[in-house]
Amino acid sequence: MRRRDPLARGGLLRRLPQAWRQPLAVTGAVLAVAWLVIALVAPVLAPHDPLAQDLPRLAAPGPGHWFGTDQLGRDILSRVMYGARVSIPLTLLLVALSVLIGGLLGACAGYFGRWVDETIMRVADLVFAFPTVILAMVVAAALGASLTNAVLAVLVVAWPAYARVTRGLVLGVREREFVLSGRLLGFSVWRSLRVDVLPNVTGPVLVLATLDIGTALLLLSGLSFLGLGAKPPSPEWGAMVASGVEVFDSWWVATFPGLAILTVVLAFNFLGDTLRDALDPRTARAIKERAL
Amino acid sequence: MTLDIAGLKVTIGGKDILRGVDLRLEAGKVHGLAGESGSGKTMTGLAVLGLLPHGAKASGSITLGERDLLRLPPKELNRVRGGEVAMVFQDPATSLHPMLTIGTQLTEHMRHHLRLGKAEARERAIELLGKVRIPGPAEAYGRFPHQFSGGMRQRIAIAIALACSPKVLIADEPTTALDVTVQAGVLRLLRGLCDELGLAVLLVTHDLGVMSAVADEVSVMKDGLVVESGPRGRVLREPEHAYTRALLDSLPDTEVR
Amino acid sequence: MLTIDDVVVEHRSPGRAVVRAVAGASLQVRPGEVVGLVGESGCGKSTLARAVCGLNPITSGSVSFEGQPVTPLGLRRRRLTGIQMVFQDPYASLNPRRRVGDQIADGLRTSGDTSTTPADLLERVGLPRDFAGRHPHEFSGGQRQRIAIARALAARPRLLIGDEPISALDASAQSQVARLMRDLAVESGAGLLFISHDLSVVRLIADRIAVMYLGKIVEVGGTAEVWARPRHPYTEALLAAVPKPDGRGVLPAELPGDVPDPASPPSGCRFHPRCPKVMDVCREKSPDFGPVACWLHEPK
Repeated sequence: MRRRDPLARGGLLRRLPQAWRQPLAVTGAVLAVAWLVIALVAPVLAPHDPLAQDLPRLAAPGPGHWFGTDQLGRDILSRVMYGARVSIPLTLLLVALSVLIGGLLGACAGYFGRWVDETIMRVADLVFAFPTVILAMVVAAALGASLTNAVLAVLVVAWPAYARVTRGLVLGVREREFVLSGRLLGFSVWRSLRVDVLPNVTGPVLVLATLDIGTALLLLSGLSFLGLGAKPPSPEWGAMVASGVEVFDSWWVATFPGLAILTVVLAFNFLGDTLRDALDPRTARAIKERAL
Repeated sequence: MTLDIAGLKVTIGGKDILRGVDLRLEAGKVHGLAGESGSGKTMTGLAVLGLLPHGAKASGSITLGERDLLRLPPKELNRVRGGEVAMVFQDPATSLHPMLTIGTQLTEHMRHHLRLGKAEARERAIELLGKVRIPGPAEAYGRFPHQFSGGMRQRIAIAIALACSPKVLIADEPTTALDVTVQAGVLRLLRGLCDELGLAVLLVTHDLGVMSAVADEVSVMKDGLVVESGPRGRVLREPEHAYTRALLDSLPDTEVR
Repeated sequence: MLTIDDVVVEHRSPGRAVVRAVAGASLQVRPGEVVGLVGESGCGKSTLARAVCGLNPITSGSVSFEGQPVTPLGLRRRRLTGIQMVFQDPYASLNPRRRVGDQIADGLRTSGDTSTTPADLLERVGLPRDFAGRHPHEFSGGQRQRIAIARALAARPRLLIGDEPISALDASAQSQVARLMRDLAVESGAGLLFISHDLSVVRLIADRIAVMYLGKIVEVGGTAEVWARPRHPYTEALLAAVPKPDGRGVLPAELPGDVPDPASPPSGCRFHPRCPKVMDVCREKSPDFGPVACWLHEPK
């Protein structure tokens, strides 16, 4: 029986349509797209100016302010929508940077081995040894409370995971016969990395990144919640939840931004799960057989 | 006891894997099933044991004695499997449980099917290990699969298959993963056991040399059908079907015929 | 052209004894010659092949190609592109993400060949020209192996090494691909070192055969000669164990015993525990001479 090549690009494209028909995938995709659209068209769609304090304070959800208003009379619905413009792009940027930096470092560690591997991995281990949230807090506090610095803080704690995963994948691909063939044909190590190794490790890294978007968002929001991230009056979801906690009986102030975080995290988690199932040849086959 | 396969058709997901296979296994004879990968020969073996993959639909009949194995309820089929029909697989590295001693793997079967006591089962297991010519069977009883070579592991797999005195043995490419000198030993063992115990053996392999050495009858499969069947000498020396001829011609040893 | 001189390749696992996968092997390959290297699993033939290419480091001995020593593959760009290799696993020998034509073009770039196109090479290995735009997953094992051969040949090697290149293929494809490698190598004047455990195929294409057992080459000779009159007892046993598809129902001869652990090989001649013709001297002294490494055939 012919062995199926797990890295086959054509294979992935063929499997994707089937995996996408799972209810989980559809839900994730719909939610993610919805939020991306909201983030894009918030200025047009939002009923109020997110910073304007002209509505009655702490008004319950109702006509004119469907998500209610906060202590300063700002419309929560509009703030949640504008918040998407803050949180989502930053989170995506954060994950992209983590993948880039962590991935490149991990690839070098895996491909070159010896002292390069030792150095990079020991630094990664050091970072791993710290509790993630505490380390992020420390870095953010040290750099000063701002959204940019919060992003940097999360970047510091996030890159080692990608480095470790990429290193493992590269170690696996490095000894494959086509990579050796390339070297025998006179490829330099850089060409070998660029053409043979890296394109064949992107799959699992992509899955990890997609699943990580949720965590990154939570971390970013968490830092803002603790006052180490976004500064007021910026409509960042984490900060909004923090201010909502102060007026707990006006439940809407904290709940709606919280729900926003929840749905975005879920959406990308579902997408990530689907991507992982589609890429793993065994589960992909199971999906295919169930569909028959 | 004969095993009769008549008009066996197997479809998986709309695709026809077997399109009407007819085969007969007789006691004390080795029936070789030849063909390339994708011809359906492995599926035929799995069908007899009821080990077809999930979602496969089988029709036709597989008669053992008076029972049709395709129509047996699962509980009955479980009794037949291991007890009357046994199988040896290709890769000795993965067909034995890596974390159980071979003694346990042997006696487990026996105690389940034959309801033997612990001491009795152990004795029988050591006897079986001797029969398949494992050196030092009493010590081997307590060892793990990874402590044996590939050829030894295959012999152990054969011992496990024979543990409950089955009447039919299905061997799916039993020597393909072995070195040629080791293969010679295992082939001799299989032939010896077949003659001694009166087993009906279905030997599935793509290697026509192996077929020639061990089989009494040979059937050639292509695309889910048996295209030629007959005594070994006749099929390999005077093939009637063009496909058989092509298979023989593609062998490097063509000047032998 | 290729001279392997008393090569020893050791393999170290942490916590285990050093294993001499190759324990002093010598062999030569001349331009335009096909040498078959046969042996069973664990004999070290693949290790030797990789060492010849520079993919495994050599512990002692030397490998020289056209007078120059073969250096191990390091971080620097490989200058010695005259040796190319075709590997065993057709599913791992091509980059799944790149088009087949591009991968063959790599080979052309190596040899500086601007007049041949990847399509030309596909034709030479018996595949349709328009396959160049496709990806490896669209091909069968046999086809992928042909593409790998095309890629290796594109670099105009003077020595082509095949490390069990046909073992993973269907029986009907095996002789075809083996013959293809031989024809293409010989017609371009290159030497071919063909490693396999399948004696029948090697017999078909090789000019000379070298037989390996437990890290040593035990017999070397012309193919027809070795086949008709094997001199080393292991070669005899090996040939006798191959089942012939002649329909006569003859069981092949058995070689009793198991291959010893390469980490603790037997003293003296490594084959002596299983040799039917063993003598006292065999237990004590290792027959380190050629072309037949056996005390029965000691050269005078």
